[in-house]
Amino acid sequence: MNIVILESDHLQILLDVLRKRGYQVIGPTLGDGAIVYDGLNTTANLPIGWTDEQDGGTYRLKKRNDKALFGYNVGPHSWKKYLLPSELRLWKIKRNGNSFQIVTENEATQKFAFIGVRSCDIHAISIQDKVFMNGQYIDQHYKSQRKDTFIVAVNCGKAGGTCFCVSMNSGPRATFGFDLAMTEILEGENHYFLIETGTELGAEILREIPHKEASEKQKCAADDILKNTAEQMGRSMDTSNIKDLFYRNHEHPRWNNVAERCLTCANCTMVCPTCFCTTIEDVTDLTGEHAERWRKLDSCFTMDFSYIHGGSVRSSIKSRYRQWITHKLATWIDQFGTSGCVGCGRCITWCPVAIDITEEVDAIRKSEPVSERQTTEAVEIKGS
Amino acid sequence: MKSIIPEPMIPKPFRIHRKLKETHDTYTIELESTNGADGFPFSAGQFNMVYVFGVGEVPISISGDPSIPKMLRHTTRSVGTVTKAILKLRSGDVLGVRGPFGSHWPVNEAVGNDVIIVAGGIGLAPLRPVLYSFISQRDKYGKIILLYGARTPEDLLYKKELEQWRGRFDLEVKVIVDSATGNWRGNVGVVTTLIPRIQFDPLHTVAMICGPEVMMRYTLKELQSRGIKNENIFVSMERNMKCGICLCGHCQLGPKFVCKDGPVFCYDHIKELFGKREI
Repeated sequence: MNIVILESDHLQILLDVLRKRGYQVIGPTLGDGAIVYDGLNTTANLPIGWTDEQDGGTYRLKKRNDKALFGYNVGPHSWKKYLLPSELRLWKIKRNGNSFQIVTENEATQKFAFIGVRSCDIHAISIQDKVFMNGQYIDQHYKSQRKDTFIVAVNCGKAGGTCFCVSMNSGPRATFGFDLAMTEILEGENHYFLIETGTELGAEILREIPHKEASEKQKCAADDILKNTAEQMGRSMDTSNIKDLFYRNHEHPRWNNVAERCLTCANCTMVCPTCFCTTIEDVTDLTGEHAERWRKLDSCFTMDFSYIHGGSVRSSIKSRYRQWITHKLATWIDQFGTSGCVGCGRCITWCPVAIDITEEVDAIRKSEPVSERQTTEAVEIKGS
Repeated sequence: MKSIIPEPMIPKPFRIHRKLKETHDTYTIELESTNGADGFPFSAGQFNMVYVFGVGEVPISISGDPSIPKMLRHTTRSVGTVTKAILKLRSGDVLGVRGPFGSHWPVNEAVGNDVIIVAGGIGLAPLRPVLYSFISQRDKYGKIILLYGARTPEDLLYKKELEQWRGRFDLEVKVIVDSATGNWRGNVGVVTTLIPRIQFDPLHTVAMICGPEVMMRYTLKELQSRGIKNENIFVSMERNMKCGICLCGHCQLGPKFVCKDGPVFCYDHIKELFGKREI
């Protein structure tokens, strides 16, 4: 693959070219004491010289001692903010005599260019592609947003305190799913990006921006940075036989333990870049003549989520946490052929009581009731 | 410009042709498409999302005859906001319908076998289409046995039809209630107690069960103890549903989506999930 150098001063040209081609350019900006995704008019809107410190239940912005444009990890937002909006009107309905008439919303026409998509989030987008575009029914809204999305990936120059993409095979280097991928390099006075092209469109856009061939030394510098990032992972998760681990531990004392801490606040599902559950809300005006149907992001941590006549299927906290983590790490594999976790660490950082998905997996793995393990192993031996 | 939502997400208007009272809280509504010509083809066991203007939408299984697609029938018990609103509607009022969704009972696969239908309470509603299909092709099946349990004699659905079916020589219909007053001359007890009283060929029998999960659990045990194989037992499962098209995530039962993989499951495919607490 042809790798080129883009001087950091020329990044603005990339934004301009994309805007000229009709893209709404979205990228990381500073907002509400965090790094959040928002419209990006100029590179001056990027969190220049900022980084973040993340740990269980902790997120703090901190100044860097350089002018890095992408020297931080993922914040509370993910790209589902744009691809799977938290609220979406599906249709309006009007009473018409004793019948009714429905007017549906039309496909969006805006095209998004996402700047600074991390490898974990590329994996997350590809997972949601499977959920919404690979089944018997297609989510047309998602599909229409997705088909014109231009993705500029940024390879991570550092790992966050809650990152574990290496365990999930989803980073830190973007390997697919991008139009352009950048690695940011700061060497004294030199500040530039190594650019890989992923698509023909990416190459076409790159031709409109001044760039030059990368030297072997520069390529090596980028490789070193990524190697270093991979070694810095704040968390790790043993994923071996993880599906069976959860399938055979539906009953495990750890679920009671986590239920004592979990507030069922749903933060983890809101920040998770793959969580896709939605609910339907019908609203009516005061005249009773007009109503609307809205689709809103939902969470398996609410009591309503599993409500059927007579009560909720999952009324205990432990069953709701178990549903979430089991879906993410086990049943997702049967449903969509991939894990539902990309190791971005958001659920750990944004959990108000610092429940840690990697720690919970570890706890279940290490304290599996002996009978469970032996039975399964015996079956495995017998079967093999 | 294309609509943002797939067509199955848009309710179609259906007019209430007739409303039949089944019990004190359960009604059957007969619906006709407002644009006349269209029928509503479905398979026995499938469900619709039924919308009441401005109130909301709920999944309800189809309880009518699959060979008469012109008349769509739903039997519903008024337990929530939407089902209560449905019961306030009158003939001529219009409901929104999306569907049909989900899997169906193995009506064709059961050809040549004895069949046992076990229903509890309103669980008879999604099984009535199966009975219609069996009766219309009676020659194709061996024994046809219906075991039906309800809480009290007053909670029995489709009483007239039950009596008709029971009057036929080619159907075996047994009804039982959990509790009854002195006027009841029938069986009293749980539906599982009927199973030892019936005769069938266990290796060539297909069983279809619908009712509360606890009732299905004990029915399964009884049927298994009589030698019916797991792959010949079918159950209908229930979960919260919002979309019906496998996009909203609500209806998950372990790795299964009840709206798409179910509601009718071969027991053999969900035996690891069945009866697990709060799954």
